[in-house]
Amino acid sequence: MNRELKSVGKGVRKKDAMQLLLGKPAYLDDITPRDCLVVKVLRSPHAHAVISGINTEFAKKVPGIAAVYTWEDVPQKRFTMAGQTYPEPSPYDRLILDRRLRFVGDAVAIVAGEDERAVNRALRLIRVKYEILPPILDFRAALDNETLVHPEEDWHALCEVGADNKRNLCAKGEEQGGDISAVFADCDVVMERTFHTKAVHQAMMETFRTYTEIDHFGRLHVISSTQVVFHVRRILANALDIPKSKIHVEKPRIGGGFGAKQTVVAEVYPAFVTWKTGRAAKMIYTRKECQTAGSPRHEMEVTVKLGADRDGRIRALDVYTLSNTGAYGEHGPTTVGLSGGKSIPLYTGALEAYRFSYDVVYTNVQSSGAYRGYGATQGIFAVESTVSELAENLGVDPVAIRMKNMVREGQIMPAYQNEPASACTLDRCMLRCAESFGWDEKYPVRFTSDGKIRAAGVAMAMQGSGIAGVDVGSASVKLSEDGFYVLRIAAADMGTGCDTILAQMTAECMDCSVDDVAVFGADTDASPYDSGSYASATTYITGRAVEKACIELKEKICTLAAEMLDCPVSELIFEGRQVVRADGSASVSLADIAVKSMCGSDIALEATSSHSSPVSPPPFMAGMAEIELDPETGTVDILNYKAVVDCGTVINPNLARIQTEGGLVQAIGMALTENIQYDDRGRLSENSLLQYRIPTRLETGRLDVEFAPSYEESGPFGAKSIGEIVINTPAPAIAHAIYRATGHWYRELPILPEKIALDLLRDGKGGK
Amino acid sequence: MEITLTLNNKKITADVPPDTILLDFLRERGCPSVKCGCETSSCGLCTVLLDEKPVLSCSVLAVRTDGRSVTTLEGLQDEAAEFVGFIADQGAEQCGFCNPGYVMNTIALLRENPDPSDDEVRAYLAGNLCRCSGYEGQTRGIRAFLDARRAGKL
Repeated sequence: MNRELKSVGKGVRKKDAMQLLLGKPAYLDDITPRDCLVVKVLRSPHAHAVISGINTEFAKKVPGIAAVYTWEDVPQKRFTMAGQTYPEPSPYDRLILDRRLRFVGDAVAIVAGEDERAVNRALRLIRVKYEILPPILDFRAALDNETLVHPEEDWHALCEVGADNKRNLCAKGEEQGGDISAVFADCDVVMERTFHTKAVHQAMMETFRTYTEIDHFGRLHVISSTQVVFHVRRILANALDIPKSKIHVEKPRIGGGFGAKQTVVAEVYPAFVTWKTGRAAKMIYTRKECQTAGSPRHEMEVTVKLGADRDGRIRALDVYTLSNTGAYGEHGPTTVGLSGGKSIPLYTGALEAYRFSYDVVYTNVQSSGAYRGYGATQGIFAVESTVSELAENLGVDPVAIRMKNMVREGQIMPAYQNEPASACTLDRCMLRCAESFGWDEKYPVRFTSDGKIRAAGVAMAMQGSGIAGVDVGSASVKLSEDGFYVLRIAAADMGTGCDTILAQMTAECMDCSVDDVAVFGADTDASPYDSGSYASATTYITGRAVEKACIELKEKICTLAAEMLDCPVSELIFEGRQVVRADGSASVSLADIAVKSMCGSDIALEATSSHSSPVSPPPFMAGMAEIELDPETGTVDILNYKAVVDCGTVINPNLARIQTEGGLVQAIGMALTENIQYDDRGRLSENSLLQYRIPTRLETGRLDVEFAPSYEESGPFGAKSIGEIVINTPAPAIAHAIYRATGHWYRELPILPEKIALDLLRDGKGGK
Repeated sequence: MEITLTLNNKKITADVPPDTILLDFLRERGCPSVKCGCETSSCGLCTVLLDEKPVLSCSVLAVRTDGRSVTTLEGLQDEAAEFVGFIADQGAEQCGFCNPGYVMNTIALLRENPDPSDDEVRAYLAGNLCRCSGYEGQTRGIRAFLDARRAGKL
């Protein structure tokens, strides 16, 4: 850490920035042929039904229709669409098309045709007889309901996750440490509160989309907007029941993911069409499909029981989460774990006992999936809100109560698999946040001259850096002519800038400029294996693989240089643009070494390394919100949001800052405007960006982001992760500020103006 | 229907079904910068200039452009290149999918109001959604460009 860094820690431009800003063709629909079959899916109008008859004859007769497929045409082997490491924790509960339909929007039939007009016409001509069944729309009523979402006998779970399809149970579990009952019995204060968060959407600007064709080797070539090319290969092999060797998956630039594209949402439909017809096919989800048949956050009801001393020392936490996985189990068994696993350890400081238990249930709404934060967001909203309420009830400053109880560097976290907080500046984050935000001035409730209320709230958060012992990151670095490098990866840059930050690390290791590193990926044939970009893994896991590959490549370069200089390799020093003898008597340029490797050489100047980590060091963060609330309308405006983040070493300050700002604004939407409402037949109201209100640039307030870096020894250059943690503080901080302004704790998101206005009206404090 | 329009300074004639929306028409004619993000005129990704005014190309029928001039980012590369580097210096392009829309709208803004305040920038671009950046980086980039231009550093 003593060496001065030349590329790491610098706010270099993203390698693709100018091309993207100038609108050059880069995304799936820009770079794949227009001349291919258009694929669309007929979607169920019923939340729960069985197809008793289906007639496709009229549809098939529409001019330009190439194929119409129903449940009778697809392989009868269940699989999961969750992009996870094999064996996937998510149950195998899907078919490409199933006779049983489990939500409004579930796939009934696949239609492929020469153009959109023909396909739309054919969709209208498919005649389906539905046997309508009672749906389960309330996830609180799902467990042991007499209606079963998955009664089928071939449903199966690969991992022990407590799943039981005959109970509508996707997963169940419990863990604890210490004698929770005894500690609660000894506490001065015991509070129990229940919170509800909904299945909000990632709403990435580019919807799900996939192009498929048969290549000149007869293999299925898949180009998809995905975060997980290798998982796509496996899932398509499972779904189509064909060997993985027959499939080649690559991704172009991705128009945002946020976890949505960690699930194989669109891929199976065009892949099936191409495999059956031999013709190129493309499926582009509409925004409505994205909203109604996507892969949103898991709806959760989180109950927090907290025990503390009168002076605010938090001694016991008991978290129970009921999670709604929807019609299918994608990411159901895993997201729920983070609702306790990334909230309870925040309070390791004085904690004597904890318990975390959960049930994950099937219902008849669209399947949930992975969304930035992955359960931690829901759990942290609940635990942080409870802690703020404790502080308010005890008359203790909410910042002080956190300073008293938070996890500190070096502590072992029993509720985090006994991992140590090896690098943690959460205390510095909180103090710096309070200082810079002006907590002491903003915390007291103030009134503006026009009758509005200003107030502030606080929260803190953690996440992980990859999945410990599971995620694999790999990098392949190759020296090429003139002495430039090609870095091949299968981590997926979805706009986050991982291509660039991994190039920065390569440049740092090889002592060259970032421009000397070309990045390629992700491609299942050409890239080394990588689990993909999710779980805040890429910087921490794949970054370390880059470091390892560079060390190996330097050794190979020096070995060839030793041949060229006719001296022992032990006498050579790698200096970036050249290799020199330690005594300065001779040197050879990197360009010459590269040329030599291409003529009469038997040393490949290429190195591939993989990395996996036995730990998942958490990044930490403090956030403070200042709001202005109009008591007449209930409208909440964010004035200021201050965030201080400990992501370890900041590899690229510009990109880390934008990640943070973007996460804050997504979370402001989740807290205040992004609603999910199903009617009594299971139809979603918020099925467009008109009804589903993501924040515009007028609703963000002023964002102020700072970093308080720790140094994580196990990470590349001391880095941890940044991608997910940034979405976790706004909901509890804003709910806290709204309490300060109104005297009401809102425990369900989003906190809509009408809820606030009605409460204030009842209190006699609202509008006329 | 046969229509004649000026697309990025070139006169073209095309035969289009009357219900073709301008967004699809443009993408089919070599303008992939024009993106679709919704079906409800909510996102601003498909912003182009119609007779020099910004419009959502998803909400304009192609036949409506008969006899008129349409400009996409493909036709304004130099004008965009003047300022987008400042946004790149913030890292605010992120996934990039919304970029062409708000770059086009920024061009329209700067032609109308060459020296806008940050709040004027926010107000003008309010209809251009972005899910990655949190918007502030885009504003900082445009601000850095305006400051550099004012200081005569361009």
